[in-house]
Amino acid sequence: MLSPDIILAAVLNGLMNGAIYALIALGLTLVYGVLHIINFAHGATLTAAMFVVFIAFTVFGIDPFVMIPAMALGFFGVGYALQRFVVGPAAQGSDNNVLLITLGLSIMIENGLLAVFHSDTRSIDVPYGFSSFDLGFTFLSVPKVAGFGVSLAVALVLWVILIRTDTGKAIRAVARERMGAELAGIDVEHIFAVTFGLGAATVAIAACLLMPTFYVSPRIGNAFVLVAFTIVVLGGMGSIPGAVTGALIVGIIESVSGLFLDESLGQLGIFILFILVLLLRPTGLFGART
Amino acid sequence: MIALRTLCPLLVVAGLALIPAFTSANTTLNFLVFALIVALSAQGWNILAGYGGQFSFGHAAFFGLGAYGTALAQARFGINPWVAFAAGIGLAALAGTVIGYLSFRAGLRGSYFTLVTLAFAEVFRILFNAASFTGGAAGVLVKLDVRPENFQFASRSVFYWVVLGIVALVLLLTMRLERSRFGAWLIAIRENEAAAKALGVDVLMVKLQAIALSAAITGAAGGLYVQYFLYLDANIGFGPWISVETLMAAIIGGAGTALGPVLGALALHGLGQLTKGIAGGTPGIDLVLFGALLILAVAFMRDGIIGRLRRLLVWGRR
Amino acid sequence: MLEVRALTKRFGGLVAVNDVSLDVPAGSITGLIGPNGAGKTTLFTLISGFETPTTGTVRFEGADITTLPAFRRARLGIARTFQIVQPFAGLSVAENIAVGAHLRHRSRGEAIRAAEAVAERVGLTQSLETPAASLTIAGRKRLELARALATEPKLLLLDEVLAGLNPSEIRDMLPVMRAIAASGVTILMVEHVMQAVMSLCDYIHVLAQGKHIAEGKPEEIARNSSVVEAYLGRGAASRLTGGTLNG
Repeated sequence: MLSPDIILAAVLNGLMNGAIYALIALGLTLVYGVLHIINFAHGATLTAAMFVVFIAFTVFGIDPFVMIPAMALGFFGVGYALQRFVVGPAAQGSDNNVLLITLGLSIMIENGLLAVFHSDTRSIDVPYGFSSFDLGFTFLSVPKVAGFGVSLAVALVLWVILIRTDTGKAIRAVARERMGAELAGIDVEHIFAVTFGLGAATVAIAACLLMPTFYVSPRIGNAFVLVAFTIVVLGGMGSIPGAVTGALIVGIIESVSGLFLDESLGQLGIFILFILVLLLRPTGLFGART
Repeated sequence: MIALRTLCPLLVVAGLALIPAFTSANTTLNFLVFALIVALSAQGWNILAGYGGQFSFGHAAFFGLGAYGTALAQARFGINPWVAFAAGIGLAALAGTVIGYLSFRAGLRGSYFTLVTLAFAEVFRILFNAASFTGGAAGVLVKLDVRPENFQFASRSVFYWVVLGIVALVLLLTMRLERSRFGAWLIAIRENEAAAKALGVDVLMVKLQAIALSAAITGAAGGLYVQYFLYLDANIGFGPWISVETLMAAIIGGAGTALGPVLGALALHGLGQLTKGIAGGTPGIDLVLFGALLILAVAFMRDGIIGRLRRLLVWGRR
Repeated sequence: MLEVRALTKRFGGLVAVNDVSLDVPAGSITGLIGPNGAGKTTLFTLISGFETPTTGTVRFEGADITTLPAFRRARLGIARTFQIVQPFAGLSVAENIAVGAHLRHRSRGEAIRAAEAVAERVGLTQSLETPAASLTIAGRKRLELARALATEPKLLLLDEVLAGLNPSEIRDMLPVMRAIAASGVTILMVEHVMQAVMSLCDYIHVLAQGKHIAEGKPEEIARNSSVVEAYLGRGAASRLTGGTLNG
């Protein structure tokens, strides 16, 4: 039998990971909630962002946490431009086309990275990488705690943007009733692009938070995005509080089940949870409706 | 137009059948066999998604089960490969029915159905990668024993013709489906589920029949794959790539058309060969080009892929 | 033919249909009227099986069908149209109707022939090959009717098939509906176009706020001015009377 300390440690560790999952899931759920599409390039965007952080650190020595504002802005721009000038025009209003285009983008990004960096895994060696807080019964990694704080702060900022700002209101209007928003004079294409941009910005921040304790390889993003899908469904597609809560739950489940299950089966728990939620309560655990 | 409808598939199949008469190059036949296996997989997807509107992103589940069923029945139980092939198809159809029953009973539609199929495929991948019965991560080998009664042929051309024969059979089946009551009901569900119900369509039953048929066909593609390459692991059988290739082939060719998946698979793999040729040796570059061409192809098929295909057929073959 | 007994449907706190009982005799055209939000469409969804009632029963030709799914009711011979038309937008008119005809005809050829015959009855022969998406409102309403008719129903539930049509289009539709009734199909219709209700229906039920408040022959309903005015607004009774005279 495992001691309560070990389980508590696993729960805390799960919360740390969950917070970063939350960021990744936020981008996905936001884009789904507004554009009603599944962005299959989300994982590749995360991978690309992780490589940018990797290069910035190894070549220029810039700390990942310092990179956050620049990464968020830069990827917001990239996401905005992708939706405005590639995905939107090429899709011509068909959801099937969006699927194919985001798939195409994901293939391009992943394999571009593969061509340059090959399939090796790489990590960065920040000075504080192994520093930790001693809680008596366990140690908490400093970069993970910082990542937890930043993730929740970003989620809060996003929430405030959506609730308080005019753009946020426009985004919610488009999410609810596209036609009505258009008639009310909202530039729907612009809002779509802003939403896509916000989605890219959140994964860029997630990349900054992941790199100090994780590794990167050209296909790493997909593993995260599958988890993010689970979270989005768990929290109710399109719901931001749902995504955050769902992410923390999934983080804990993954971490605790890791104590009991073989490594190779670790993700199984998540997928089974995913399927059960979809089958039993497709609107998500928190009942948010899109 | 009606004559054209039957003439086009006939011409395509006849053209494909004649290829081995002109070349016996292994690379060409390998390419064609693989393209046709993807075509068959896409034909399966097309039944459920193209005609029925239920957009699966997890047909790898059925491909993998068909492949593993075929391989394991031989490797573990010594069953004749042809029978094993049928067993693999049956296993895929069974899984399709179960997954369909669970999802459709729960009322999953649109993106929700897409996601649940994706998750099922991943569950199979993880399980088959871990279980010792399936050979785990090392995968499973089919013993090389080249005899026709073993579903292994000395000549690649023969295997190619077998695959082509099955593709042609499914093509015929799909064309019959288009003109059947089942097909009319399936399309009605795609177009408007509530209206279909009001007109007496047993929506759950029709969807279940569609997913069983769809899974069986994609499962057959998996079975053919393992009989050709004689090796399988969970990342091949259940990998997301096969789900992606399957739906891309069908959509690019024209979802909801009989010939679409076949043309789509050939175009997709032709494109793949082309970009590989252009890119030379660097891994990845060919797929970057491939992704770019995919986006361009989608962007410039102005009035939808199916419409484009129809126009192309009418205009090109007259 | 159809017996509705003490039917109630609650959505959360809202009682959409409240203890409604009514009969539709075989061979009749029965009307269901009432102000917006009276529960007429909800009652239709209960009778056609798209929702199950909270309490109460629905019997069809003597058999209890209260919990039967919609497609089974269609097979028994209850067809409905939708207030908001639901065409199979990607299909042609003929293919749309054929989906309905397939309920009684397995073969494609027979279904198409049956569809053509139905199209003739509702006046859609000219548009058989037209994509359903490009029909006018009037055309779509006819298509809605044709598809339901193609299932060869005994009871036809018509949910505002005249709404959104202009007076001349309505005038064209009335004989079509009369002919359907004359061919032996029992009709229960929800309708706001009063002249049509008064001229077509043998018997009328009035619903308001989910309750059944009145019933009778058209002229009785028109005369039942206190009830009618209370629920349809001042002056409604005289308009109805006028409708009967004109019809």
